[in-house]
Amino acid sequence: MSRYAAIFERLNRDGAFGAFLMLGDPDLETSARLLDEVIAAGADMIEVGIPFSDPVADGPVIQAAAQRALAAGVRVGDCLDLIRALRRRNNDVSIGILTYANIVFARSGFIRDSAEAGADSLLIADVPALEAEPFTREMQQAGIEPVLIAAPNTPDATLRRIASLSKAYTYCVSRAGITGTHAAGQFDAGLVERLAAVGAPPPVFGFGISTPDHVNAALATGAKGVICGSAIVDRVSHGGSAKELVGLLKSATFNDKAGTTRGRND
Amino acid sequence: MRLTGRFGRFGGCYVPEILVPALEQLEAAFLDAQEDAAFATELNDLLANYAGRPTPLTRCRNLPGNIYLKREDLLHGGAHKTNQVLGQGLLAKRMGKTRLIAETGAGQHGVATAIVGALLGFETVIYMGAEDVERQKLNVFRMELMGARVVPVTSGDQTLKDAINEALRDWAASFETTHYLLGTAAGPHPFPTMVREFQRIIGREARAQIQEQLGQLPDAVVACVGGGSNAIGLFADFIDDPVRLVGVEAAGKGLDGEEHGATLLRGTPGILHGAETYILQDGDGQIADTWSVSAGLDYPAVGPEHAHLKDSGRAEYVGATDAEALAAFKLLAEKEGIICAFESAHALSHALKLAEAEPDSAILVGLSGRGDKDVAQAQALLA
Repeated sequence: MSRYAAIFERLNRDGAFGAFLMLGDPDLETSARLLDEVIAAGADMIEVGIPFSDPVADGPVIQAAAQRALAAGVRVGDCLDLIRALRRRNNDVSIGILTYANIVFARSGFIRDSAEAGADSLLIADVPALEAEPFTREMQQAGIEPVLIAAPNTPDATLRRIASLSKAYTYCVSRAGITGTHAAGQFDAGLVERLAAVGAPPPVFGFGISTPDHVNAALATGAKGVICGSAIVDRVSHGGSAKELVGLLKSATFNDKAGTTRGRND
Repeated sequence: MRLTGRFGRFGGCYVPEILVPALEQLEAAFLDAQEDAAFATELNDLLANYAGRPTPLTRCRNLPGNIYLKREDLLHGGAHKTNQVLGQGLLAKRMGKTRLIAETGAGQHGVATAIVGALLGFETVIYMGAEDVERQKLNVFRMELMGARVVPVTSGDQTLKDAINEALRDWAASFETTHYLLGTAAGPHPFPTMVREFQRIIGREARAQIQEQLGQLPDAVVACVGGGSNAIGLFADFIDDPVRLVGVEAAGKGLDGEEHGATLLRGTPGILHGAETYILQDGDGQIADTWSVSAGLDYPAVGPEHAHLKDSGRAEYVGATDAEALAAFKLLAEKEGIICAFESAHALSHALKLAEAEPDSAILVGLSGRGDKDVAQAQALLA
């Protein structure tokens, strides 16, 4: 069973909490420490950005994080080393890479090296389902699970393609636009239903997750988890603690309505 | 999508999933409009009676050799950009959009978009690198005079590529009401195909004009290549002719160093701004900084059809340095009384080399724009 499948099974009716960090931000040592910190604070899934110079799907917070990492001289190989070391320290947490097409395309062996480093999944922000097939084929050969994005405006035909090409989870965007904490999302239960109808991998909401209310609203759609990125990156970039925020958001993933699950996680 | 959007291996539609429906809508509107006589009638009327087409073909009287200039510098707006902003503006109306966004480097495409925004009644927002806003104050004022809002981009290197990034970010949130009026034959499908079709008129006119004036086809067709819209527009109707097609890239301070914009000559395949194409980048796939004296050629990618024309061997690509372009700029002013854009001077510079090697060859040069925007910089550089 893949780590994602094991996590969704273990959490049962609770939602999975994914924490996003930009690898190498602001430097390699701090980055490694922050990874451990968000896991200790309760993150079930770790999503890591590999910095790209021109991140068109990201808002100012994640852009700045990538710029800091690149300015510190962080290379793709350093990021893969961070993943490899994290995997040695922790064999349970899932590690998903989020990056851009040119990193995957231009750096030879990227997909194979990511799999070997111990990453479980790869999402390429500027590769839509339409262009995904050559990438997902290579990922499957290398043993890393492809993740694709579904949006409220994604037609059913594309969702079917997502279902056939991707594995670990489906990254659902809660609103139009780019990453960032300013605009809250509209968590679309219709999208979750449409994904279930085509048999797509479990839906996980990203974009616009920065408060417990967002987490509750996202999970109320029937989604299997949430990913928080900009809010965490923003917090740590200002010297704040990721621990408190991750703990707060994680606690909102417990399914209180069932009345029994919280105790297991406490 | 109804078309593949591929030129050989190059091109494609590498955008976040959220933008795919907007690009599908654009492709559908474009293809439907191509079949619609009323669209062609309205566009042709604007091209003729608003923008001033056809533009002349001028045989140089005093330059060496046998050089013909296709005078896009005489088009309304001062450059070939106007051809395709009119086309895209009409498509945006057809799709019911109320707002235009565009990127601009030195400001030419921003001015062109502001023109069509004013003419056709759109709210218009132009993304422009903060440094360019400072350097090109007159163009910023021109845009504002025509009702556009200019947003300085402070992310990344604050250049053209960052302005494109920012326009794409805006569009990912605004596509329901907004058309992204991309300025060149690059970016995701359908832009490279659509922009080529709207710029094809340059070569179509020039082909007929040179046959009328010279009685035959030219030996070579030469155009500068940044993103590549004026070159692809000039080349398109000559593709099946026994004619050399030569694209001239910005060799900047020299191709041996890193300060240039010669994507096809020095780049490697990659994916940027929606397309697989040649890109100036490092071994990790991080995009390189570029340099050219001409802002319009200062871009680390290139339209995907040029990448294919290079690999297929149908077109050849060469470089002209800042110094060579500046010399051609000066020579054209002195000998022919024409002040051209620095971009166009790159093409002319190479045409002069061809004319020297083969004095009998007829060479058609795309004079893509006028040089008003560059005179202050030229004054400083030539002092």
